[in-house]
Amino acid sequence: MGAGELVRLRVWRGTRDGGEFKDYEVTATEGMVVLDALREAQAAQAPDLAIRWNCKAGKCGSCSAEINGRPRLTCMTRLEELPDEGPVTVAPMKTFPVIKDLVTDVSWNYEKAREIPPFAPGPKPPDGRRRMYQDDVERIQEFRKCIECFLCQDVCHVIRDHADNKPAFSGPRFLIHLANLDMHPWDTVDRTAFIKKQAGIGFCNITKCCTDVCPESIRLTDNAIIPLKERVVSQYYDPLLWLWRKLTGKAPKSTQ
Amino acid sequence: MAGREPIEAHEYDVVVIGAGGAGLRAAIEAAEQGARTALVCKSLLGKAHTVMAEGGAAAALGNVWPEDTWEVHFRDTMRGGKLLNNWKMAEIFAKEAPDRILELEEWGAVFDRTKDGLISQRDFGGHRYARLAHVADRTGLEIIRTLQYKLITLPVDVFMECTVTRLYTDGGRIAGAFGYRRDTGAFLVFAAKAVVLATGGFGKVWKYTSMSWESTGDGIALALDAGADLLDVEMVQFHPTGMIWPPGTRGILVTESVRGDGGVLRNTSGERFMFNYIPEFFKQETADTEAEADRWYEDKHHRRPPELLPRDEVTRAIFAEVKAGRGSPHGGVFLDIATRRSAEYIKRRLPSMHHQFMELAGVDITKDPMEVYPTCHYSMGGVRVDAETQETTVPGLFAAGELAAGLHGANRLGGNSLTDILVFGRRAGLYAAKLAQATTGTTALSTAQIDDAAAELLAPFAGGGGENPYTIQSELQETMQDHVGIYRDEAGMRDGLRRIEALQARARRVKVEGAREYNPGWHATRDLYSMLTVAEAVTRAAIERTETRGGHSRTDHPKADPGWGAVNLVVRKRDGAITLERAPIPSMPPALSALLEVK
Repeated sequence: MGAGELVRLRVWRGTRDGGEFKDYEVTATEGMVVLDALREAQAAQAPDLAIRWNCKAGKCGSCSAEINGRPRLTCMTRLEELPDEGPVTVAPMKTFPVIKDLVTDVSWNYEKAREIPPFAPGPKPPDGRRRMYQDDVERIQEFRKCIECFLCQDVCHVIRDHADNKPAFSGPRFLIHLANLDMHPWDTVDRTAFIKKQAGIGFCNITKCCTDVCPESIRLTDNAIIPLKERVVSQYYDPLLWLWRKLTGKAPKSTQ
Repeated sequence: MAGREPIEAHEYDVVVIGAGGAGLRAAIEAAEQGARTALVCKSLLGKAHTVMAEGGAAAALGNVWPEDTWEVHFRDTMRGGKLLNNWKMAEIFAKEAPDRILELEEWGAVFDRTKDGLISQRDFGGHRYARLAHVADRTGLEIIRTLQYKLITLPVDVFMECTVTRLYTDGGRIAGAFGYRRDTGAFLVFAAKAVVLATGGFGKVWKYTSMSWESTGDGIALALDAGADLLDVEMVQFHPTGMIWPPGTRGILVTESVRGDGGVLRNTSGERFMFNYIPEFFKQETADTEAEADRWYEDKHHRRPPELLPRDEVTRAIFAEVKAGRGSPHGGVFLDIATRRSAEYIKRRLPSMHHQFMELAGVDITKDPMEVYPTCHYSMGGVRVDAETQETTVPGLFAAGELAAGLHGANRLGGNSLTDILVFGRRAGLYAAKLAQATTGTTALSTAQIDDAAAELLAPFAGGGGENPYTIQSELQETMQDHVGIYRDEAGMRDGLRRIEALQARARRVKVEGAREYNPGWHATRDLYSMLTVAEAVTRAAIERTETRGGHSRTDHPKADPGWGAVNLVVRKRDGAITLERAPIPSMPPALSALLEVK
């Protein structure tokens, strides 16, 4: 879709009680993103069209939606990259309850965040100056790029298709947060039991859908989830460690 | 309204409004002091404008240059602010900055490291030494996420997607706030012993801005209406480098780190034009040849490249260069790092910029130059506060972060904002909690007060005038861009003021369609009120200050005036009208003024 052409937007309008797709037409400008087009429609044709957005620069992760069926940030999706034929379909994230139009209730994510045992560094070294080295932090810096757009949560079939799994599964976003805490050089908390039980890492069968939709290109599955799964396996299914836990009642924090 | 709708009411020691870095840090501090604390924000937690800060947080940690101390940071901050700063705030800031950064590490922040395993520091404009703690070019995200995850370990009640529309005073001191939930449209009231405003800036009043939609100056309007003083609101920073093409990206920030990491500005003939724009005030400390400028990156005994002059100087230079017809195809200038640094270095140091230009403009910054032009970025002025406590002129009302005035004077140095929100966010939370501890009981709002605030909010649903809030908003943005932009003059601003007044009249006839549930058209009417209030205050103050200094440039008064350099400009609202008053800047103790000499 090039500048000057009419773009047909097919936008889901409705509330938690139901809704339907409605069509709007806007004129494309060079480099226009889907969020620009939605805001054009909002300003001129649908003043009460609910959209959640903040930065319009791909940094805050507010404007997540499903564009032509794919979970994406509307502010980083250029019209030019979408197919010329047919309307641009924009629907709310399916995994979360709709509040109105494209805005969903993502409070489940904030509840999951609160459950996670927080960062707890050990004592400072005698000179009072903590150190960590670039090589040691680069892998967790990848997870810390997360903008909490919740697109990985949206696409994850564990909760997308089975809302009843939500209480027992934290979703990819919080698995990478757990990996970030777990791999932090100064952290002292053993979260293996949490990762297995409350975070429900066993639900994930590594289809990598989360990695596929991440706008920050974080390799969630390979770099965070698989290593955490290995951690759980080595602590829970290793016969020697099982015996150690039975005898001592505690699990040693694994070395990395 | 048939009958009175039930209203959700709360009572707290401290209510913090705004959940960017300053609000989060204030809420953390208040809660740690034992105050019953609420945090109210317009967006979801973790989405505030702080996420967009890129380059870093300035603090004299001395990890890269042991010569760096709080004294040098103080000096740079004051000189960058053209000495209009509240020197007491600048002193507190420079002294406390390192502790606030190190504290973030205790809460899980992971900054980039030096070879010795300490926090790495990068170069930025106006800073004598490499001073900015950073995480590639996404430092703001790191800071807001760290504070957000610290906050949720504390007993703070978070009210997400709620807008505060009024503050209440009782006997001259703060008593509470009224607002509504954006998702349901239901009303909310808070009775509070202390309120901390941390709502950020007001860049959305201009058309081309690096700011998110939230930066509509709500806190400025709330403070003004509550009777608080504002200071120096004419001082608006236009960041030298915003995106300019394609049109939808215009205004999106291009971090100063590009220049800090070796990028240079060029005009259409490839000339590094900044050498032609070195002002007298900075001559002694600025390199005047390309060779010397390039040596500075490795050896700080050389003078700084002119591309790293304070932002106001670079912005004026770009403006002049484009006006003289030496601009790029889309009316900006070129920012070139591709010919200066390796592709590997650029991708490691500036990953967000690489991604942003690739995705939004189809430009590979490791191969081609960026096209840039100044974009509205920061408000140095704002609510007048006490340097130590951050209390405003209304007892019990505190302000911190971009919303507060004083630290940055006439121009803010890059990197000083992320540290400002930590240093003064903490202080605001601390002194709000202390004040709450010394206060017995709260005062509930009266039914009449609540009804009045509710009726005001609902009026646009019944509005007969049929004005569209989005249209008024975009006309205001055009007006401010054209009349109170980078360069200003009296006739243009007077014309702008007339237009603002006409828009204020039209805003009273605004009409909202649809229901109260998550209705952006309705939300826009509230934003519009704040924006029009701020626009009027800024324009009146800008007309009054007849000089050019920092973020206030005038074609009809192109030089700094020593008389104006000795005063801050106070803005108040009395009986519904804006008033202005000049307040002399207190003289600096000799021990501090001695630090200002060029070394």
